[in-house]
Amino acid sequence: MIDGRTPHDRPLLRVENLKVYFQSNVTRARAVDGISFDVREKETVCIVGESGCGKTVSALSILGLIPTPPGEIVDGQILFFGQDLIKLDEKAMQNIRGNHIAMVFQEPLTSLNPVFTIGDQVTEAVRTHRHMEKEPLYRYCVQLLNDVGIPSPEQRINDYPHQLSGGQRQRVMIAMALACDPDLIIADEPTTALDVTVQAQILALLRSIQKKRSMSVLYISHDLGVVSTIANRVYVMYAGIIVEQGNTNQIFRSARHPYTQGLLASLPSLSKRGKRLYSIPGSVPNLSYKPKGCPFHPRCRYKILSCQKEYPGMCDYGEGHLARCPVLFKSKGYEGSSEIHENTMRCTSGNSHTK
Amino acid sequence: MNLTEKKLHNDVYIEPPLTPKQTRMQEFRHLFGQNRLAILGLFMFILFFFCAVTGLFLTSGSKPIFDPAVVRLQEKLRPPLAKPHLDSLQPEEIPALGIYLMGTDDLGRDVFSRMLQGAWVSLTVGFVAVGISVLIGIFMGGMAGYFGQHHIRIDHILFIFAFILGTGLIIAKFAFIGTVILLLCLTYLSYFLLTRQGSTKKEPAALIAMLHIKAVTVDTLIMRVVDIMLCFPSFFLILTVVALLPASIYNIMIVIGLTSWMGTTRFVRAEFLSLREQDFVAAAKALGLSNFRIIFRHIMPNAIAPVLVSATIGIASAILTEAGLSFLGFGVPPPHATWGNILSDGKNFIFDAPWLTFIPGIVILIVVLSFNLFGEGLRDILNPKLRERH
Repeated sequence: MIDGRTPHDRPLLRVENLKVYFQSNVTRARAVDGISFDVREKETVCIVGESGCGKTVSALSILGLIPTPPGEIVDGQILFFGQDLIKLDEKAMQNIRGNHIAMVFQEPLTSLNPVFTIGDQVTEAVRTHRHMEKEPLYRYCVQLLNDVGIPSPEQRINDYPHQLSGGQRQRVMIAMALACDPDLIIADEPTTALDVTVQAQILALLRSIQKKRSMSVLYISHDLGVVSTIANRVYVMYAGIIVEQGNTNQIFRSARHPYTQGLLASLPSLSKRGKRLYSIPGSVPNLSYKPKGCPFHPRCRYKILSCQKEYPGMCDYGEGHLARCPVLFKSKGYEGSSEIHENTMRCTSGNSHTK
Repeated sequence: MNLTEKKLHNDVYIEPPLTPKQTRMQEFRHLFGQNRLAILGLFMFILFFFCAVTGLFLTSGSKPIFDPAVVRLQEKLRPPLAKPHLDSLQPEEIPALGIYLMGTDDLGRDVFSRMLQGAWVSLTVGFVAVGISVLIGIFMGGMAGYFGQHHIRIDHILFIFAFILGTGLIIAKFAFIGTVILLLCLTYLSYFLLTRQGSTKKEPAALIAMLHIKAVTVDTLIMRVVDIMLCFPSFFLILTVVALLPASIYNIMIVIGLTSWMGTTRFVRAEFLSLREQDFVAAAKALGLSNFRIIFRHIMPNAIAPVLVSATIGIASAILTEAGLSFLGFGVPPPHATWGNILSDGKNFIFDAPWLTFIPGIVILIVVLSFNLFGEGLRDILNPKLRERH
């Protein structure tokens, strides 16, 4: 199924039990509550989930960009080439950002500085991290803009962001991210602000660049359609935890968590034409007042009594397909196979319950 | 999904290049062209600048063309455009223009040369003082706006206080105590840097723990200092400081600069507060830029417009302040002419020789007015909200 995409097995980035909490005066929002995932070399990993489930926060914490007075990385490890990024000081982090891990932001309209030309901004990272003469830098910039598919880059290079269209701006953002030839690109919903045709172009661009430069992409999206076209592996997030993980085929063909199933069922398709589209009842819980037990249980149609009490463990369906729903796991007759109750993730009832 | 995948592979669509109707510069020129008063202000400003620079060359050196210091007692209080009595003058005393363009003062010095010399003083005082105040203002405002949420510990405040005290004592010639205090600061600084690098998490002693209490945020500290500075009537503050310091043009520039940075700080802080939440700042951080580079290269150009406007108007008020100080006799020491002390000298002869007061007075008025007009024009152009009102 994963045609032509052969990721290596060595993990480039490994996030373990990451917890990012945001402290306000009275409450503590547990935006990311113990997630673990890894990105291997030359692989595209997607994190999917509704708005406000902690996708962007986890991406920003990889780069150490969580605004620290309210936000705080409480626990966990972010291993990049075996090096824990959380323990690095600011200086070392600055060397990682843009140089080894680059990020493409959601809003190409506001993510470019309005007072600088795009050539200026594309070369900014190179000027910060490497030393390059003016002339080769110019040629490199033209080459980059050409690579990301901006027509007549020699002329565009002196344009200001407001003179470009949305799609072109996102291409410039990608060129900025590519400038230092990073090992990992974090793309935080890069196509959300664009219309569908431009979205398709940008996705194709990301994929061709990834193939050409053999880098890994951590793609964050709420759009399952996009995810199905580009991902090697998918992590489904809900209310700060990962509820299901597996490769694209496993997630889209045989989803094992009721939340993932709900998400897939609510995708419009031709076979559902004329029928009422399914929607998951209820809404995402307030991250400061997460329900006790499984955070999804108030919206879940398979819920049983123990869902309200017990934090669900990861259940292994084999071949790297894990889902955090013991109820379905048992009912589907997987009783005999291994159910992983990760002790670190299994919160005691007192801990998972907020004030 | 396979359908979309196939479509994506033969993606050769190229977006047509956009041609903007106007560049920013053209738009700026267009808007500026509509504002006649601003053009007038700019024109006067250029004229003034030109006069001041040529005035410097023509009135300085060992044998200047227009010598403002030549005393011709027999020619005192001649009206403007009067011809000199050539028979009573030495050849080098004859004014270069052949006439006294703006008359002479009570010592027979050529007012035109003195005005030229004074123009340079006004220009440098205006620009240097505003330069100092803008630099301080941008720095303080940038810190308050960007690092506003960070806390300052009591030991930091004590350190800064001790540092200022030590420097002040050394300047005030209490060298011994000053040096001791500065050495204390130095020890603290090295201790601070060492502990920060080691970052050993020992339980600090009670006294040190008390010093580590987070007292105020950077924002609070800086903005309260601004409030305190604004409470002083600044002209009298300047008068006091100038009375204590030796009279020189540099002291005046520095003192004016140090007492007028508060407005800029407020502007810059306000701009920073909104700009630091913008996505492009997050993008710049994600590129691995240092805070310093983000503040001064990425945010500052976006925040500079109101600073520019207030600086232009600030130049006018600095010129006015300098003239006021000179008028009161606290300004530039006497042999050197400034507009303020020409005015001040002339006030004794206001009925006999009105040109001695009117000429510098009107010139000050015109220059200050032109700076204000130019500044207001700039504000109208740079602030899109005010554009539509014309």
